[in-house]
Amino acid sequence: MSKRLTCDVVVVGAGVVGAACAFYAARAGLDVVVVDRGPVSGGTTGAGEGNLLVSDKEPGPELDLALLSGRLWAQLAEEIGEFVEYEAKGGLVVASTPGGLTALGRFAEDQRAAGVVAEPVDGDSLYDLEPHLAPGLPGGVYYPQDCQVMPALAAAHLLRVSGARLLTGRTVTDVLLKRDGTVDGVRTSLGDILAPTVINAAGTWGGELAALAGVALPVLPRRGFVLVTEPLPRLVRHKVYAADYVADVASDSAALQTSPVVEGTAAGPVLIGASRERVGFDRTFSLPVVRALAAGATKLFPFLSDVRAMRSYLGFRPYLPDHLPAIGPDPRVPGLVHACGHEGAGIGLATGTGHLIAQLLGGKTPDLDPAPFRPDRFPDFPDEEGA
Amino acid sequence: MTDRPHLAVIGAGPAGLAATVTAAAHGVRVTLLDSAVQAGGQFYRQPAAELHAGRPQALHHQWRTWERLRDALARHVAAGRATYLTDHHVWFVERRLNQQPGTADRGGPRGAFTVHALLGPEQEAPVEVTADAVLLATGGYEKVLPFPGWTLPGVLTAGGAQAMLKGTLAVSGRTAVVAGTGPLLLPVATGLAAAGVEVAALVESADPRAFLRRTRALAAQPGKVAEGAQYAAQLLRHRVKLLTRHTVVEAHGDERLEAVTVAALDTDGRVRPGTERRIACDTLAVGHGMLPHTDLAETLGCRLDGLHVQVDDEQRTDVPGIWAAGETTGIGGAALSLAEGHIAGRSAAARLTGAEPDPRTWATAAKSRTGLREFFAALDTVYAPPARWTDLVTDDTVVCRCEEVTGGAIREAVARLGAGDVRTVKLLTRAAMGWCQGRMCGPAVAGLAGCELTPSRRPFARPVPLGVLAHAGEAEDDEHQ
Ligand SMILES: Cc1cc2nc3c(=O)[nH]c(=O)nc-3n(C[C@H](O)[C@H](O)[C@H](O)COP(=O)(O)OP(=O)(O)OC[C@H]3O[C@@H](n4cnc5c(N)ncnc54)[C@H](O)[C@@H]3O)c2cc1C
Ligand SMILES: Cc1cc2nc3c(=O)[nH]c(=O)nc-3n(C[C@H](O)[C@H](O)[C@H](O)COP(=O)(O)OP(=O)(O)OC[C@H]3O[C@@H](n4cnc5c(N)ncnc54)[C@H](O)[C@@H]3O)c2cc1C
Repeated sequence: MSKRLTCDVVVVGAGVVGAACAFYAARAGLDVVVVDRGPVSGGTTGAGEGNLLVSDKEPGPELDLALLSGRLWAQLAEEIGEFVEYEAKGGLVVASTPGGLTALGRFAEDQRAAGVVAEPVDGDSLYDLEPHLAPGLPGGVYYPQDCQVMPALAAAHLLRVSGARLLTGRTVTDVLLKRDGTVDGVRTSLGDILAPTVINAAGTWGGELAALAGVALPVLPRRGFVLVTEPLPRLVRHKVYAADYVADVASDSAALQTSPVVEGTAAGPVLIGASRERVGFDRTFSLPVVRALAAGATKLFPFLSDVRAMRSYLGFRPYLPDHLPAIGPDPRVPGLVHACGHEGAGIGLATGTGHLIAQLLGGKTPDLDPAPFRPDRFPDFPDEEGA
Repeated sequence: MTDRPHLAVIGAGPAGLAATVTAAAHGVRVTLLDSAVQAGGQFYRQPAAELHAGRPQALHHQWRTWERLRDALARHVAAGRATYLTDHHVWFVERRLNQQPGTADRGGPRGAFTVHALLGPEQEAPVEVTADAVLLATGGYEKVLPFPGWTLPGVLTAGGAQAMLKGTLAVSGRTAVVAGTGPLLLPVATGLAAAGVEVAALVESADPRAFLRRTRALAAQPGKVAEGAQYAAQLLRHRVKLLTRHTVVEAHGDERLEAVTVAALDTDGRVRPGTERRIACDTLAVGHGMLPHTDLAETLGCRLDGLHVQVDDEQRTDVPGIWAAGETTGIGGAALSLAEGHIAGRSAAARLTGAEPDPRTWATAAKSRTGLREFFAALDTVYAPPARWTDLVTDDTVVCRCEEVTGGAIREAVARLGAGDVRTVKLLTRAAMGWCQGRMCGPAVAGLAGCELTPSRRPFARPVPLGVLAHAGEAEDDEHQ
């Protein structure tokens, strides 16, 4: 089985980001091989929710990437939408106090200036949008651009239609370099794959892959729990969350944050997610964390009190110190391209990431300035293990 | 009694009952919780009291053991040494890490664990029991493998047929086929026959004669040999046809089961073409053995060994304060569960009262544990589903009943979408995402995906209302902060 393969691009990682990179690169005419040590969607992609959100992002490079990605997801949906449970359902952010509503209004105004559609919703219209919300809420903001996919299916079907070759069950053990220091391919547990370009889409393990090529990239895990209920008829119509969520997402704190996003899914169960805490790769189930998720969800939607949680799962978001992903060529090792560190937004940002990388590989002018995502932007970042 | 150390025992089958009466007799206060309305677990499953079964003992052997345990439990309950909570469905055992670390070899700090249960058939009202140590005696559940027609009414698991016999007694006048593999098929077939069911055939995919060659394990278990001989005699008396190295390839019927097709297997476990024959029946009891219930243990962080909870000589798990006994630690029948429960009860009682446990006090149980484990390990090498059982699963056979996922959908997820284990098949097909959370279809999904069955993580042993979850364990947390 150790025969040598040759191709234009090796993508390491068959999560949603690797799948999107493979898709856009192959559509641009490149011969692409995707390798993963496990199955497709076996990493964080299989442990995430499929929110494609613009609503939770403040103006800046991440929001620009989210808007681009949203447009690309909509295009993709024409081809594979039904396979990946794509739904343009919209998000509803609710304030719990009049003061909170004022702050949310200001946040939305800035977002509108950056190209987000954000419609103020008063106390009455709130209940037209979501009849089962807790009574007495002052209002919120509606974001029609927020969408949803089923992440594991998204990665699998992007790969299926990409035309890329998929090799699962192969661990990349080394990045092969030529004498002149440029990339020559990867060594795997089942033989070498030669290519002038290697894309690091190893998610939370992207730092380890970068290290194989001799460069530092400080990707760290941020744990999240999700609760899944028994299947229900559509009682929750949009993605609904309390305004505090935005502060949690942007937070730099290691402490636990649990303001939940509540949403119905095409298959019936309601998803309640997700907590955020930095505890390394600790897989221990935590009652206090899921209790807080349940409390938050039942506060928003009191009817959920009688609905059963069937299961809970956890995953480790890949994050970088400034909470932006690493996207693009690594000037330190020519031929090495990074596409990792998308934290809690990798499903949403996958399309934009894959598209930008295909443009950069093809020598085209990218739709967005990739500078804020430069992978070598963390000079001498101290080695930090699972902070 | 409240100053006694407190042990919570989960599961009132042979293991949990033996542990409860042993620990309660040796200085420990015990709370025994079980989801069933009556004690007994799988083995001593009781006919519902209102049926007033005249001679329920006719359905059981080892009836005297059961009576002894039941009476001892009643005595401990009356004396306040034990509390027995029926209809308590444990969904989670919480390890309270905010406790002061205590003497680990005494079972952990006082009040180290909270057992979270849901009460009653509706499983709605929460109950929390705080204990110094916990013994998991949650037993096992039946391994189910799909084949065309297996979802027809009239097709039952072996345990389902047994429960039907022991629970409701209303079965006579039917024709049944008992099929699958393993020693449990014998009591099921003879039990059905004794209750007046015509057992048209006992279809066993293994060749039990291979077992007879393993004389060492057998010689050590004269009781088991006698038990086997008894069953064989009963099969003969009821004229039950025994078909070894055969399997059911399909169940037929429109609205419900009318017949099955059985066929012979070759040495590779494939169906031998031309050997198919049809047997009319209205009941098919299929069993492929048992799998340990490990949800609670797994979530507590106990180390598993393959599919079962790993324990030491004293039946302790690697989590201080958690013991495990019975089929959750490996499948081995009622007598083994009793022995393990006894040892666990002794060990927990000693450690919780601050004494060094003395293995001599359980020497007899330990001896029988060694012999029975050896015996069942030998059984395991013989009894197995046909090596090529997945060949029988057609693309339109439903594999996951909860989510109605077919064999074809699972094969496609593996071959075309890159799924490679039970988790990714689940994510890509929804198989195992429904009400039973893969307890039923897990082994089938693993087989079709061509991978090993590994224990899946199920943080909730039972579905739990979000309103209960939102407050679970809150009270104690305030108390102890
Ligand atoms: C609880 C939770 C909820 C979330 N909710 C959302 C949400 O609603 N919306 C959203 O957009 N995002 C969400 N996310 C984040 C999102 O899941 C991630 O950002 C995204 O899945 C990352 O995808 P990826 O492809 O980069 O990584 P992964 O899916 O982890 O893929 C990386 C792959 O690389 C492979 N790999 C690693 N090292 C090697 C090696 N040496 N050799 C071979 N293969 C290797 C791994 O096996 C893995 O399959 C959530 C995350 C969590 C944990
Ligand atoms: C059809 C059939 C025939 C059998 N025939 C024989 C035979 O002839 N000879 C023989 O030796 N053995 C036989 N057995 C096997 C025997 O029943 C088991 O070996 C024995 O019952 C195991 O005892 P246990 O205490 O380990 O578990 P169990 O008897 O399974 O008891 C476990 C108990 O835990 C409870 N429980 C589990 N999870 C929870 C939870 N989360 N919350 C609350 N309660 C919970 C269950 O309700 C159950 O009462 C047979 C089994 C079957 C299915």
